[in-house]
Amino acid sequence: MTMQAFLHQLASGLASGSIYASLALALVMIFKATHHVNFAQGEIAMFSTYVAYTLIKAGVAYWLAFAITLVGSFLAGLAIERGIMRLLRNAPVLTAVVVFIGLLVVFNGTAGLVFGQTIQEFPSPFDPHAWYGTTYLSPHEVGALAVTLIVLGVVFAFFRFTRLGLAMRAAAESPESSRLVGIRVGWMLALGWGLAAVLGAVAGMMTAPIVFLEPNMMGGVILYAFAAALLGGIDNPWGAPIGGFIVGVLVNLGGAYVVGSHLQQALALAVILAVLVFRPSGLFGRTVVVRV
Amino acid sequence: MSTASAAAGLAGTRLRELRARALWLVPAAVVALGAPFSLSDYHVFQLTQVVVYAIAVLGLNLLTGFSGQISLGNGAFYALGAYSAVIAMTHAGVPYWATPPLAGALCFAAGYLFGRSAARLEGLYLALATFALAITTPQLLKLDALERWTGGNQGVVIDKPVSPIPALFNHDRWLYFFCLAVAILLFTGAWNVVRGRTGRALIALRDHPIAAGAMGIDVAAYKATVFGVSAMFTGIAGALGALLSGFVAPDSFQLALSIQLLVGVVVGGIASIGGTVFGAVFIEVVPDLTKHASEVSPALGWLADVQYPMYGVLLIVTVLVLPGGVAGAAAVVRHRLTRSGGHASGAPRSAL
Repeated sequence: MTMQAFLHQLASGLASGSIYASLALALVMIFKATHHVNFAQGEIAMFSTYVAYTLIKAGVAYWLAFAITLVGSFLAGLAIERGIMRLLRNAPVLTAVVVFIGLLVVFNGTAGLVFGQTIQEFPSPFDPHAWYGTTYLSPHEVGALAVTLIVLGVVFAFFRFTRLGLAMRAAAESPESSRLVGIRVGWMLALGWGLAAVLGAVAGMMTAPIVFLEPNMMGGVILYAFAAALLGGIDNPWGAPIGGFIVGVLVNLGGAYVVGSHLQQALALAVILAVLVFRPSGLFGRTVVVRV
Repeated sequence: MSTASAAAGLAGTRLRELRARALWLVPAAVVALGAPFSLSDYHVFQLTQVVVYAIAVLGLNLLTGFSGQISLGNGAFYALGAYSAVIAMTHAGVPYWATPPLAGALCFAAGYLFGRSAARLEGLYLALATFALAITTPQLLKLDALERWTGGNQGVVIDKPVSPIPALFNHDRWLYFFCLAVAILLFTGAWNVVRGRTGRALIALRDHPIAAGAMGIDVAAYKATVFGVSAMFTGIAGALGALLSGFVAPDSFQLALSIQLLVGVVVGGIASIGGTVFGAVFIEVVPDLTKHASEVSPALGWLADVQYPMYGVLLIVTVLVLPGGVAGAAAVVRHRLTRSGGHASGAPRSAL
């Protein structure tokens, strides 16, 4: 094991970690606002990626297709919240879980139906011979890292510095009080869903050039995102990206040196089970105390 | 005097209930025992698959419906049952009829351990953990270290069970009756458990876990035991399923399998044992019907294509509009009928 190989694995772990980070943040946003886990997050991201693929195939320039996909995903997320999730406001956990699994099946099945089951090559906007490629990271990995970091930065700035972001945080934190000061809580939740779908779309479009595009391409990625969200603390937005990078590095190094690449998913499963059993609040989450 | 009449009333209710049950149990028995002799081999195979699914759906329903622990990963126990049966047969020379109890015992142990460590998890987190388990299952089955036994990507092929009385039962019919016998045993067991003290404890656990604990129900032990029993049922179904298809491979045990079992529970009726049978018929027959329809007429080809996404729509609509599934709807209809028709037999117990 050379130092260079090790650094390569480490860097490429960080690059995939950034993708898990965006998807994990999407999960955390929805969890924080509604206390639901969006099992369909990965499939919605996959669907967005197919939309981008169709646009690019039709001759639309990559970054234009990228932008259109983000807008489309935002609207789709909004529509899902307004159409279905609203009905789950006071539903039992089982009902909510079944609805999310239903959504997962709808998106997975519709993608297979509309776009076919064959594996497609998804283009990367980053030239494989670009100057920013290094010994440790391919240009696509550098680009994906940059794109996801920018998106994460924008999202955090949005929540920190804008009135709308503040209103959304208030609506998630304390719906009753927010309503009293005139925040339209329902619409804030819908916006949150829209943003989560955008984060998912970015993750999907950055993943597809690496794993190839097919209806089940997010199956592994969503597993890593769950591990990341739980590790960071599923109710902590800052924990999600940190969890994402840790899981990315852990899975990459573990796969390369410890368990072999065939068991990377099992490693994520182990992280999920270990966090849930030993420290359900994750590294940075709040321990929930229920008053009986 | 009043006690005596109350006792007599109770006995009367019991009798009426028994008579009501005979009303559907007898025809059901006639169909279950007679059908294989009037069906083609392929349809007998399908009917056997329904029986196998019924056991697996029952396993999930005991866990999720009755005790309220949401599992999205019961496909993993199905896989464990299937593989343990196949490996026991090919490597240890275990006869096929001994594989269901073997798989059941192994899965009970695995499920109990999983349930014991997951007992702390609130509903949603358990759903998450089991979801992750379901996604990982194919990869675990492809494990290099176990390839000698599991056959890796290729899986393992076994000989199908041979009928001891070929004159009366051919292969398919023999296996059907074998699976049916196992299913009757397990359904009777589940029925008795659910209707008794344990069943009440389970429902208490589901609806008011804290109150249940305060009443002296050992919450963690009950939860783990139910997990074990659920895994046992599912594992037995897996073993029977492997005998039926004569073949196991990692890709038959993906997330879709766990989702299929969930569809069976939700459509049939959450926390309904009778609904379980309907759910099993549904998940076996619907894909086949749509495939058949598209074979008969190419114009109906879209039916087979939309079938999988429609499962999703069905899950969402059922759980939101008809939370009791088919069994719940049937109970409502029966209730309406009996109320308008005076004291018919089989009145819902809630009305008593």
